[in-house]
Amino acid sequence: MVEMSGAKALIQALEREGVTAVFGMPGGANLPIYDELYSSNIRHILVRHEQSAAHMADGYARIKRKAGVCFATSGPGATNLVTGIATAYMDSSPIVAVTGQVPRAMIGKDAFQECDIVGICASITKYCFQPMHTAEVPEVVKKAFYIAESGRPGPVLIDVPKDVQQESADMVFPEIVKIRGYSPHIEPDVTQVAKVIDLLLTAERPIIMAGGGVHISGAFAELQALAEMLMIPVVTTFKGKGVFPENHPLSLGPIGMHGHAEANKLVTEADVLLAVGSRFSDRSVGRFDEFGRDMKIVHIDIDPAEIGKNKQVDVGIVGDVKVSLKIMLKMLTNRVIRKGEGEWENNQWLKHVREVKEYYRSMIKDHAREVTAMKAIKKLRELLPADAIVTTEVGQCQMWTSLHFDVISPGTFFSSTGLGTMGFGFPASIGAKVARPDVPVVDIAGDGSFNMTENSLAVSVLENIPVIVFLLNNYSLGMVAQWQRLFYNRRMIGVDLKGMPDFVKVAEAYGAQGIRAESMDELEKAIRTALRSDVTTVIDIPIDPEENVFPFMPPGKGLKDTIIAA
Amino acid sequence: MTWRIISALVENKPGVLFRVSNMFRARGFNIESLSVGPTEEQNLSRITITINSDEHTTEQLVKQLKKIIDVVDVIKLPLDNSVYRELALMKLKAEEPTTRLEIMNLVNVFRGKVVDISKRSMMVEITGTPDKIDAFKALVEHYGIIQLARTGVCALPRGVVYE
Repeated sequence: MVEMSGAKALIQALEREGVTAVFGMPGGANLPIYDELYSSNIRHILVRHEQSAAHMADGYARIKRKAGVCFATSGPGATNLVTGIATAYMDSSPIVAVTGQVPRAMIGKDAFQECDIVGICASITKYCFQPMHTAEVPEVVKKAFYIAESGRPGPVLIDVPKDVQQESADMVFPEIVKIRGYSPHIEPDVTQVAKVIDLLLTAERPIIMAGGGVHISGAFAELQALAEMLMIPVVTTFKGKGVFPENHPLSLGPIGMHGHAEANKLVTEADVLLAVGSRFSDRSVGRFDEFGRDMKIVHIDIDPAEIGKNKQVDVGIVGDVKVSLKIMLKMLTNRVIRKGEGEWENNQWLKHVREVKEYYRSMIKDHAREVTAMKAIKKLRELLPADAIVTTEVGQCQMWTSLHFDVISPGTFFSSTGLGTMGFGFPASIGAKVARPDVPVVDIAGDGSFNMTENSLAVSVLENIPVIVFLLNNYSLGMVAQWQRLFYNRRMIGVDLKGMPDFVKVAEAYGAQGIRAESMDELEKAIRTALRSDVTTVIDIPIDPEENVFPFMPPGKGLKDTIIAA
Repeated sequence: MTWRIISALVENKPGVLFRVSNMFRARGFNIESLSVGPTEEQNLSRITITINSDEHTTEQLVKQLKKIIDVVDVIKLPLDNSVYRELALMKLKAEEPTTRLEIMNLVNVFRGKVVDISKRSMMVEITGTPDKIDAFKALVEHYGIIQLARTGVCALPRGVVYE
């Protein structure tokens, strides 16, 4: 037992969790925590808006597969985190958000910069702590990391009253914590797994739908081994994009609203669907009543509440994806089953898969211009190393990336797929770069989204965290504009961004590098320059505001209603 | 749609009831009644929820409840093998002596109690299944119900339950 202040205990507890960087902004109610951070080895990365702090912690977490940490003060500092916390919650990303709170005696008195952040965050966090006894702090931090990182990960809030930070108490730092209402299901029920194997082995047209759970559990090798062993084609959800190498012959890419046409078609033709770590979101499967009506569905997920939530399934397996797939592989190996390359010729389903894929790939039409989103993204893929990390903003830029950027090295792609938060990509790319400083990190952006959190350029430059902003600039809120063109009779309103600001100058104003690329030659040079630079580069790529994203499954429709092209 | 009782053991600390009721609201579960109280263990409370729903919705509600970290255990109580009771207080208009006698007779039949009498009203206490309370209410409605308070259902499974 050691006597120390709550603030000191908090910082020490973070150090014990292996935290090396926090993203945050100080204020009146978290000053004691910052004062302790002064004498700690933990790196503090000062943000320009707390929303970005949460996104940075989120980006860090998705690449490191460990909790990212962000700090904010009470009141507005805390509420500014909310969008970032909700983003992390929807994408099951572990972040620990530490907010300052007014002193205990002031809580509920509408004090200056007071807000009920615990109440606000109840439905967008896995758990919220508000330690009211100073001695609780070490245990609270330990529990926060345990909850955030285990099971289905997610954000946890620790709201610390200022006087709890200041007060001293005898502290005990627990090595392990137990929470009686919380025990993640890791090991699957083996009899259920055996049922799945029988289903897969007797299936005529099996397909795997891989979701974000594969990324979270790091089950890339297991997924690939399973697909190859049984020669099963793999579609992913958008959150699962890149959990299976997208240049693999069995890869069909993402399904969904802007999924690949072949993936959307083939997933509806399967007789057995193995959904791995996915939650059957509306964006992925379209209509719940229509999807998977004539097939057997197997669902593996660590969260029991996901089994049967959106879609009734034939076999549900609750367990960690990696552990479950490992068991499945072992059981399959025991039955000495391995299909080979020859399957492509002998197996009707695989032959059909290849034909459908070739057919739809040949149907892809590009927009008539020298520089288009598709060409720009394909050029980026060509020049980026396979292990580069790519994230996106939200809107057309995100969907073009989903369609045209093939992720080769599993786990190197992420995006705000659940909440769809504009302004997420740039700060998240900074967080990812902190997690993996040795590889290039690119944010494929649109002008609308980048404009929302572009002030993180200051963070990127001053903290020396160089990333590449690949800005597909159509001078508009392109996705909304696309919907207005297609569903609202071209009554365009609230979408024109009129080319403001000049992003090259914005980059330069922050001390970053700004390059405009108006031809494919200029673009290639710009990408090469950016990859060689040790400063953040914004590549501003003007594209046609009329360029739409296709294929497109209209909202409220099913996968079979996918529009292939205009 | 079937009437069901769900019983949840939860940590007895501030904010837990909020988390539980907030989840019902956020996920669109329509619950009929909810009662909370202490249990045999000092740091556990029991929340009893009644809901009119189909099997699938009930399963989802149970899973979402279990997902809340402060919820320690959740069970669906079998109606045919559980004891469930609700308490109601009803303040009825009773200005005429004959009315009072009539009400007292009805209260006796329902094994209730008259717990307060004033010049113009009577308060009665009825305990039983929600059906029984509904039945009593239907019988006395025409006298005029001035105020009504119900506790929501409180329930336990029959027989011995070993942990």
